[in-house]
Amino acid sequence: MQILQEISEVLQSGNGEKVAALTKQAIEKEILPKDVLDKGLIAGMNIVGEKYRSHDLFLPEVLLAAKAMYAGMDILKPLFLKDGIPTLGRVVMGTVQGDIHDIGKNLVSIMLRGAGFDVIDLGKDVSPKKFVETARKEKARVIGMSALLTTTMVVMKRVIDLLRKEGLQGKIKTIIGGAPVSAEFAEQIGADAYGYDSMNSVDCIKRLMEKE
Amino acid sequence: MRRVVKISIGETVPAQADALFLQGIPRHRKPPQNAVSLFGEAAKIFRECAQPAGIFADISKSEFVDVYRGESLNEKRTPVAEIFRKADGLALFAVTVGQAVHDRINEFFEGKELALGSMLDSVASAGAEMAADAVEKHYFALLLKEHKVAESAAVLRYSPGYCGWHVSGQKKLFEFLRPAEIGITLLDSFLMTPLKSISGVLLVGEKEIHIIEDNYPFCSQCETHSCQHRIETFLQEIKSGDDQKTRSLLEKKDIEE
Repeated sequence: MQILQEISEVLQSGNGEKVAALTKQAIEKEILPKDVLDKGLIAGMNIVGEKYRSHDLFLPEVLLAAKAMYAGMDILKPLFLKDGIPTLGRVVMGTVQGDIHDIGKNLVSIMLRGAGFDVIDLGKDVSPKKFVETARKEKARVIGMSALLTTTMVVMKRVIDLLRKEGLQGKIKTIIGGAPVSAEFAEQIGADAYGYDSMNSVDCIKRLMEKE
Repeated sequence: MRRVVKISIGETVPAQADALFLQGIPRHRKPPQNAVSLFGEAAKIFRECAQPAGIFADISKSEFVDVYRGESLNEKRTPVAEIFRKADGLALFAVTVGQAVHDRINEFFEGKELALGSMLDSVASAGAEMAADAVEKHYFALLLKEHKVAESAAVLRYSPGYCGWHVSGQKKLFEFLRPAEIGITLLDSFLMTPLKSISGVLLVGEKEIHIIEDNYPFCSQCETHSCQHRIETFLQEIKSGDDQKTRSLLEKKDIEE
């Protein structure tokens, strides 16, 4: 459908007003909201993600596209009231206890939403208990943790230990990221994945969910 | 000597290329127009709300031994441990661009102004580095004025959390420097608030004392190797000179003419 292609294209250019207007038009034409979401908004963000990976687009353009996507989502949300917006799965995100850096975590949350995930962003300075309790209560499939300091990255292990203690390890997958963190550290503490940047984190989380 | 340094906002507004570099846009690429516009907007906001401030305090080598030891968590062999003994002047320092900038960044993210929030974050990060540059310059100028160092000397800064100096070193650094006077405090995790703050030690001496190889065990985990960029700058400066020391240094670094 031409209009869905148009939504995808204007989203890629970061034009939120146009995305919102076209989304309204698509609904008026009785196109299914799920199709508008999947074939218009998410399809556009997927292309943005690919171009970002290949360095044809840069972070500011990705974030403008994400904002444009939110403009379209605001139109669609009321139409999904009964069952909620269809998602690829729920992810609990947060910067670990003691750490207040959250730009990196915010970017991952934005990219995840753009890819069609439902993200519960707990913010910064999040305790292990809060991570685990929220993930269990909200039936999240993945916990994403960020840290920017060697002194706070140790908290990631406490979250994984708590999941193990509660019998949730494996049922709720974990991914870690942040400047001092590495794939080796992820393996060492028993995390299921390590995301070296925002797009890679999205890919990792998709793979984690496919494995289930 | 302990001194609060007045830093003007103008001294801390970064060049467009520096902020865009932090956004992942290489310096050699023509930046996208929307990134240029965002930078203009973010720089304007930064000018409106930044509250740059700096402080430094001289420290003797024997006092620095204790500060640097910190919580005894440093790597066994570190560049700072080798360099400071050869330095002609040492000072602990801290700078910030203020809390208001951080609050604005958060507001933009919460209001879904993601691109502007992210750009302001990059402008503030680059701005904090420029505030540290300003304190470096101020300290060096003061030492020159007091004839404590030669004009050929150079000052470089080193911070806890980098180059084998464990981040817990912040504790003793803060106890000595007391940067709360300019609004910088330390969390239990050794993070500074406001977030866009930098602390460390300024080491002044002949340029060659700063020349190090990046072959320490922890260098392999470093993503930036920024020490080598700084050294390269020195070597270029030295290369343009014409004395025996210059030639020996160039030979040492195996620089091709």
